[in-house]
Amino acid sequence: MRIHVDRAVCDNNGRCVFAAPDVFSFDDDEELVYDPAPPREAAGAVTRAAADCPLRAITVEGARE
Amino acid sequence: MSGTLGPVVIVGAGLAGLRAATALRGLGYTGSLTIVGDEPDPPYDRPPLSKEVLTGRLPAAATDLPLPAGLDARLVLGRAAVRLDRAARTVLLDDGTPLRYGGLVVATGASAAPWPGPGAPPERGVHLLRGRRDAVALREALLGGGPVLVAGGGFLGCEVASAARSMGLPVTLVDPAGSPLEAAVGPAAGSFMAAVQTDAGVDLRMGATVAELPDRRGSALLSDGTRVAARTVVLALGARPNTAWLRGSGLGLDPGTGALLCDDRGRALDHRGSPVPGIVALGDAAAPPHPFPGPGAPAHLALGHWSEAVDHAAAAAAALLGGAPPPEPAVPSFWSDQFGLRIRSVGVPRAADLAEVLEHDLTNRRLEVVYRRGGRTVGALTVGRTSRLAAHRQRIVRERAGQEVRTDSGITVGRMP
Ligand SMILES: Cc1cc2nc3c(=O)[nH]c(=O)nc-3n(C[C@H](O)[C@H](O)[C@H](O)COP(=O)(O)OP(=O)(O)OC[C@H]3O[C@@H](n4cnc5c(N)ncnc54)[C@H](O)[C@@H]3O)c2cc1C
Repeated sequence: MRIHVDRAVCDNNGRCVFAAPDVFSFDDDEELVYDPAPPREAAGAVTRAAADCPLRAITVEGARE
Repeated sequence: MSGTLGPVVIVGAGLAGLRAATALRGLGYTGSLTIVGDEPDPPYDRPPLSKEVLTGRLPAAATDLPLPAGLDARLVLGRAAVRLDRAARTVLLDDGTPLRYGGLVVATGASAAPWPGPGAPPERGVHLLRGRRDAVALREALLGGGPVLVAGGGFLGCEVASAARSMGLPVTLVDPAGSPLEAAVGPAAGSFMAAVQTDAGVDLRMGATVAELPDRRGSALLSDGTRVAARTVVLALGARPNTAWLRGSGLGLDPGTGALLCDDRGRALDHRGSPVPGIVALGDAAAPPHPFPGPGAPAHLALGHWSEAVDHAAAAAAALLGGAPPPEPAVPSFWSDQFGLRIRSVGVPRAADLAEVLEHDLTNRRLEVVYRRGGRTVGALTVGRTSRLAAHRQRIVRERAGQEVRTDSGITVGRMP
């Protein structure tokens, strides 16, 4: 599974961090950091994070639960 | 789950309607699915309207909501539902078409509150902002120049003020509270935003309302007796759930707001408070149970946040299909971008009796406020500190489950009204 966040679109909404805290977080400079190739167990949470993003900035490939 | 329920009719082709449809398909519903919307436009997203669309950073068409692949829904656009007949299980459309349903989703959203009077608003110069066409019309008006008078200092009014200022127009913002956003987030965050707005050149008139719309010379009268020059007036006076079509159906409508009362799974309640089989509601039209019930809190609360429509879709779809309720109730969240700031919140700040300010830094434009009621965390708000929000949300979840109640500490800056 691969994740891509379009940084030009991301607005630091934070909802991806609520949905998949093991994959998305913010550093101390308010920069979104994420694991671009999370483990398969995270597929459900990552799919939810992508659907929850109001900007639709997250694309997920190969998320078969 | 089954494909035996059916046909499903979704009334309202906005965010909530689309999310409900997506969730139904996601849960394996394969039957007939019809989405009715009274706007001629296909489903679109509203938050950018008062931000990027007003400032011209995004064309209105860019707000289209993508229809997910495999949705397999019939979209009936430009048609309004005018009546619900529960006995016959039909929704009547404004062209006389009856739509039979096995499952009904109420997702009709809300409308902008109109000018309360006195008098009727003139044909030109007074704007509401709810739909895409409203945003296009208001953008046109702003391009024609100011001054701009914004009535209502809630999130919408403040975003409009921000957009107009960024276009270099003189802006006056009028609100009966002591500071902008105060009704939603309390005086501490409100006074922070007042300072930000004053710094951005907004002429704030707090503790006042617009008493009379501009006369022929473009001069509006405020309730404090002063006059304000206005070429364009924007009424941002709140939203009203679109539930008139449900009157007389025996469903329970909130006496104050008119929102359709529902339970924690989105099931519509009848006027006696019992869930009605086969009808669910979500989004701005729905009033689910208050996320933090308690003395002084209303039993049901329509928050009008984008996240409400999204977070309740799975539960509502499951309820319609006879599936299991969600494992834990959703935590509301909200965002607003204005004056170059990212305002983010979780929980329900307005449910608090105490606001604790953890950071208040106007120089670096950062704010962090935690909201409590009876010692429990019920909300948090940050400006420029989104990184802090997830932890507050965790605390809300834990304390709601009764696992931990923190006692107050830190600097308490103001009681909530
Ligand atoms: C300008 C603006 C900016 C916003 N910004 C933010 C923000 O920054 N953050 C945030 O959290 N929230 C924001 N919101 C709120 C958010 O957009 C709403 O919570 C969300 O749109 C609710 O979705 P909904 O589908 O319930 O309602 P709606 O989006 O209102 O959709 C309901 C649809 O149903 C249609 N309808 C109504 N009655 C009928 C009928 N009888 N028959 C058929 N169709 C009908 C309506 O015309 C509409 O198309 C904003 C709202 C606006 C207006």
